[in-house]
Amino acid sequence: MEPEYILQMEHVSKSYGDNLVLKDVSFNVKPGEIFALVGENGAGKSTLMNILFGMSVIHNTGGFEGDVKLCGEKANFASPNDAMKAGIGMVHQEFMLIPGFTVAENIKIGREDTTPTLASRVFGKTLEKLDREQMNKDAKKALDTIGMNIDEHVKVAGLPVGYMQFVEIAREIDKADIKLLVFDEPTAVLTETEAARLLKVMQTLAAKGIAIVFITHRLGEVMDVAQRIAVLRDGEVVSTMKPEDTDIVKVAQLMVGRKIEKMVDDSQVPENLDTAPVAVHINKLYVDMPGEVVKGVSLDIREGEIFGIGGLAGQGKIGIPNGIMGLFPAVGDVEIFGQKIAFSKLGDALHKGVAFVSEDRRGVGLLLDESIEDNIAFNAVAVKKEYLTNFGLTKLLSRKKIREHALNMIKLLDIRCTGPAQRVGSLSGGNQQKVCLASALTLHPRLLIVSEPTRGIDIGAKKLIMEHLVKLRCEEGVTIIMVSSELVELRSICDRIAIVSDGAVAEILLPDAPDADFGLAMSGARAKGVR
Amino acid sequence: MKNPLRENVGGFFARNNVTILFIVLCIGSYIASGTSMSYLLPELFTRFGRNAFLVLSLLVPVVAGLGLNFGIVIGAVAAQISIFLVVLWGFSGFGGLMLCVAICTPLAILFGWLIGKLFNSMKGTEMIGGLVTGYFSDGLYQLLFLVILGGVIPINNPTLMISTGVGVKNTINLKDNLKYALDDVSMLTVIRVAFYVVAAVSVILLIFRIVKKQGLKISSLLKPLVPLAILYGASFIPAAKTFLDTTRLVLVTAVEIAALVTVAYNLYLIIRKKAINKEPGVPKKELARIGLMVALYAVTWIPQMYDAMMAVHLPVLTYLCIGALCLFIPWFMDTKLGQNMRTVGQDRGVAASAGINVDRTRIIAMIISTVLASYGQLISLQNIGTLQTYGSHNQVGLYAIAALLVGGASVNKATTKQAVLGILLFHTLFILAPNAGKALLGNAQIGEYFRVFVAYGVIALALAMHAWNSKGKKRKAPNEVEDGSMAIPFGL
Ligand SMILES: Nc1ncnc2c1ncn2[C@@H]1O[C@H](COP(=O)(O)OP(=O)(O)OP(=O)(O)O)[C@@H](O)[C@H]1O
Ligand SMILES: [Mg+2]
Repeated sequence: MEPEYILQMEHVSKSYGDNLVLKDVSFNVKPGEIFALVGENGAGKSTLMNILFGMSVIHNTGGFEGDVKLCGEKANFASPNDAMKAGIGMVHQEFMLIPGFTVAENIKIGREDTTPTLASRVFGKTLEKLDREQMNKDAKKALDTIGMNIDEHVKVAGLPVGYMQFVEIAREIDKADIKLLVFDEPTAVLTETEAARLLKVMQTLAAKGIAIVFITHRLGEVMDVAQRIAVLRDGEVVSTMKPEDTDIVKVAQLMVGRKIEKMVDDSQVPENLDTAPVAVHINKLYVDMPGEVVKGVSLDIREGEIFGIGGLAGQGKIGIPNGIMGLFPAVGDVEIFGQKIAFSKLGDALHKGVAFVSEDRRGVGLLLDESIEDNIAFNAVAVKKEYLTNFGLTKLLSRKKIREHALNMIKLLDIRCTGPAQRVGSLSGGNQQKVCLASALTLHPRLLIVSEPTRGIDIGAKKLIMEHLVKLRCEEGVTIIMVSSELVELRSICDRIAIVSDGAVAEILLPDAPDADFGLAMSGARAKGVR
Repeated sequence: MKNPLRENVGGFFARNNVTILFIVLCIGSYIASGTSMSYLLPELFTRFGRNAFLVLSLLVPVVAGLGLNFGIVIGAVAAQISIFLVVLWGFSGFGGLMLCVAICTPLAILFGWLIGKLFNSMKGTEMIGGLVTGYFSDGLYQLLFLVILGGVIPINNPTLMISTGVGVKNTINLKDNLKYALDDVSMLTVIRVAFYVVAAVSVILLIFRIVKKQGLKISSLLKPLVPLAILYGASFIPAAKTFLDTTRLVLVTAVEIAALVTVAYNLYLIIRKKAINKEPGVPKKELARIGLMVALYAVTWIPQMYDAMMAVHLPVLTYLCIGALCLFIPWFMDTKLGQNMRTVGQDRGVAASAGINVDRTRIIAMIISTVLASYGQLISLQNIGTLQTYGSHNQVGLYAIAALLVGGASVNKATTKQAVLGILLFHTLFILAPNAGKALLGNAQIGEYFRVFVAYGVIALALAMHAWNSKGKKRKAPNEVEDGSMAIPFGL
């Protein structure tokens, strides 16, 4: 007989040290149901899922109280392995992929297909030989199920972030007898079309009877696909409801416990932007970033402008900032405030007054084991030799100044933490993103390049960050390039938006251009000439 | 549209700079030293036989993310303990060597397990840990050999012990017991033993399959058996018997045999591909292999090279062991356990969340490495013929690691090919440096200094480059996922 509930969480509480992050949380999920879990950054969503999955962080920090039941049976998992065996799959908020492995190897990780060998008969299963053909075949099948056309033989390194997400999903789908799938912010890095495809995949899976727990900050998606929504606030479930009985604004209010105003709308555009001197001059830029290849982009961005770059994943929008910063091989001319950037010299752009917030915060942006304050100050110390006290012969870090500044930043960006000395690795995903941003702001750049700045950030914080960007421009005259998958975000603050398609600029649009124009430009249909 | 950014020549040089530097140095010192190939080649192949196993023992930990295993010194120590015991008990020859293996294997497993345990509690700083543990174990070893043996455990053996009766002598001569114990096994013995072992295994498998009522798969059993049987049969032909009865194979003959076998086998592969399976395309790989072997064979026709290669006598069984290890490592890396090691080496967090037991995998890697290193030291000492009780193990880690790095390996990536190339280059320079020093500066000592300088220099360079790549370049934080226990100092 089919059990009534696949998953039941009963009175779950969890604290990290003195920090009580989950308080008596209970909910349950039915077979074939898409159950949405929403809440602010740091509300405890990821922690709840880590408990479900038996992750070692939980056990290493004193375990938890309460019960997890799977199909009516108590199942407090001791390790992810047990959870996996019981039929739980998880797409983590942070990528769990190995860049040096092929797509197929990643999909099959820990569950490789093997064929027996002479040695394996004697010494046990671990000496069985990998059956790469079978692995590739299964991987291909899983990728096809989610409608993803990636070559399973290529290395994951350098696949665009959006693709990586689909590889993760393929990995979970490939697992046999999966009963429950957890998606922790799977759409945060996807563009609208990609996200829509993902949602469709989720619905197909649910239709097969798999229960899905869906965590996201995009409330629109929740309204579209979820059967029930639970709102988590400061570690407590404040409400569980059906989408038909509520609307986005109400959910948002429940999340933050206060009223939400609209996104930043009325940014004062500085006068005569059209005649301002050119701040960034990009001429025929080619960037060899795997999966985000840029094939000859030319742009002029004016001083004091907020310039948006949008487009579908894999079309090259991410490659532009990465090329300018010298993180991937690039050729072409880029002049910033009249100075030419030497791509070959790593960090050259940093020294010329540019700050960069990477879309890959774990890979490029953060030192997870260092404190918040050290992460915030790192670039400023290394690049601008700030926060140092001069002792004549040597210069030492000025701890006091760093602390002071970090406290300011924490307040400014509303970083939810126990204090500036907390390890960045122990922050919630959204709050890590805020630390990245703080580190860039600390450089006091003349040009700020932000790539997916609001990845994994809740609505409240998103507004805060947008407002701050606008303020930087107005008060300090900072020029900003913002690369984002979210058109809404681009259109709310940018002065002009370049849509990138197939590695080239398809069109430069004003934010109030009709939706159809954006759609056409993204699909590449508007590109000059015939293709 | 064509992307103007393609892999350029500069990139290749940048990635292989150490190897290229060494090739240049080797050629330079060969010319400067004025020595001949007939001097270089025999020396080189002797040293290769001694050193290869030790260098190859480094590969597994690199793949498993434990870095360069300075701890192989401890494997060497295990080998030396076993040699001491075997000499003390008066065993000799191949049997004595097997007894050494029987003693040092469990010892090395134990040591490897201990090091693995230790390394698991110091993730991210294994290399320093290995270095320090090496020194520490050297201390314990000296305590054992200088004080405990004879002092605590009474040993009455004037050839091994210092005249006071406490402590083991500085050098132990292996001439009458273990010297060439492995090198001196004739080809004939190898073939006969291999034939009987394979035949026995095949029979057991056959019975097993009959009992379990599985398919008999006789053809798969015959595959290794038939060529061995042919060789075995050939050994009864008088002319072949005299040839096979020798223990050393002249390099020229070795090259001829290798060329013949490779060409035949690859031709067979090509025919199977083209004529039977009708696969499209040019069989590039096979053709390349044939080309390589033909070129190698052609070298023997250069008179100078012919003379030099005639002077090289390869100890057959030793080289077979090395060859087997060279095949074993890639095979092992393609098993489930090997894949687990690679996963752990790339990202422990991901491995853990994929259900791999990270700590256990790392310990297994250390055990494999330590056991292989102990065998390596056995092979090396049976060839040298004297055991420097307090010195033989000291530089083992240092030189093996330097050789591996010279081949183009790095702290987190190393292959069998790189190991082989590295040993060849490193030892070529080692052999030539004193002569080159003498010819250029009139002082052989300078060459000696130079080679020590080079060994340390290469290691320092590799470690510095590792540190630079892992944090300088992209500030690439370790991909430690949940329990970020790897520490990167907040360097300035
Ligand atoms: N390893 C840890 N050690 C200490 N505190 C932690 C650790 N992991 C998370 N926390 C804390 O637990 C709280 C909840 O974090 P969690 O990651 O569950 O938030 P979240 O709801 O997933 O937020 P986001 O939307 O930003 O991902 C946060 O205050 C965070 O700082
Ligand atoms: Mg989270």
